[in-house]
Amino acid sequence: MDISLRDLLTIIHGMGFIALFMLAFSGAIWELHSVWSAAHQETPDSGSRIMLRVYLIGMVAVAWFTVLSGTYIIYPWYRAVPPAGLIDLTAFPRSLLLSSPHTRGWHNLGMEWKEQVAWFAPIAMTMVAYVYWKYRRGMSSHGVMRATVLGFTAAAFIATGVAGAFGVFLNKVAPVHGGESIHLMRGE
Amino acid sequence: MANLDVSPTPDDIPNGDGMAAILAAAIGCGVLGVFAFLGDSFKGIGQFFNFYNPTGTLSGVTDSAIILWLVSWYVLAKRWGGRDVAAGRISLIALLLLAAGILLTFPPFMNLLQGK
Repeated sequence: MDISLRDLLTIIHGMGFIALFMLAFSGAIWELHSVWSAAHQETPDSGSRIMLRVYLIGMVAVAWFTVLSGTYIIYPWYRAVPPAGLIDLTAFPRSLLLSSPHTRGWHNLGMEWKEQVAWFAPIAMTMVAYVYWKYRRGMSSHGVMRATVLGFTAAAFIATGVAGAFGVFLNKVAPVHGGESIHLMRGE
Repeated sequence: MANLDVSPTPDDIPNGDGMAAILAAAIGCGVLGVFAFLGDSFKGIGQFFNFYNPTGTLSGVTDSAIILWLVSWYVLAKRWGGRDVAAGRISLIALLLLAAGILLTFPPFMNLLQGK
């Protein structure tokens, strides 16, 4: 079982980070909602607070790793310019997509939106983690702030969903290939 | 109830620090959208944002937005830290900036503004 370096890193970026991040979102939204709602009466115990703090910091770290790896490792391979006159564009996904009217939209809408909108998630989630850390025991009198933070969390979730979904489709229509071959395990 | 403690909650923490973080994040998202739109609309601006050639305009758009986000967070936290501010108005502005940022990165909306 061999896989190219670019394939492997694209899979780690896409499936690992984005799938992990998307899964973490549902937990974060639920936990934030329940923790801050519970603050109307009592505060959750310190174990829950520490757990949620660690969870949010983990999400922030994953979000930054995702956008940075996508922008500075995967994207340059995607947008590499082929030599003039090259017929086979499979190693140049952006040029491959733009070469046909049937696939052009995947770049013009999919990648053009994905590459920008993904960055909303780490910015928003860094803010969410900070506000939770700062107001972990005193949110009951800050209803507007609580609602706004949950709104940003939902926006980050949608942004990640858009980026992740287009990423999956783009990697299906015009995958990033190449680089040295990595031997994962011996087949039968 | 078993896993809850009932120690007094510091509900009187001023909202300034939180609202500073929220508005700064919104500014970061808003300017990211504006920079993305400008970089796509004007070739010169697009070239200006080309901080790292393999990534192209995206590198400058995102790096600049992050710098502005962090600077605005620092400035707002200095001004609002430790005191209460108008949460409703600031939240409205923040959500509008967030929506504007998302819209400005959406290619069909960009094309509409560019008259394409």
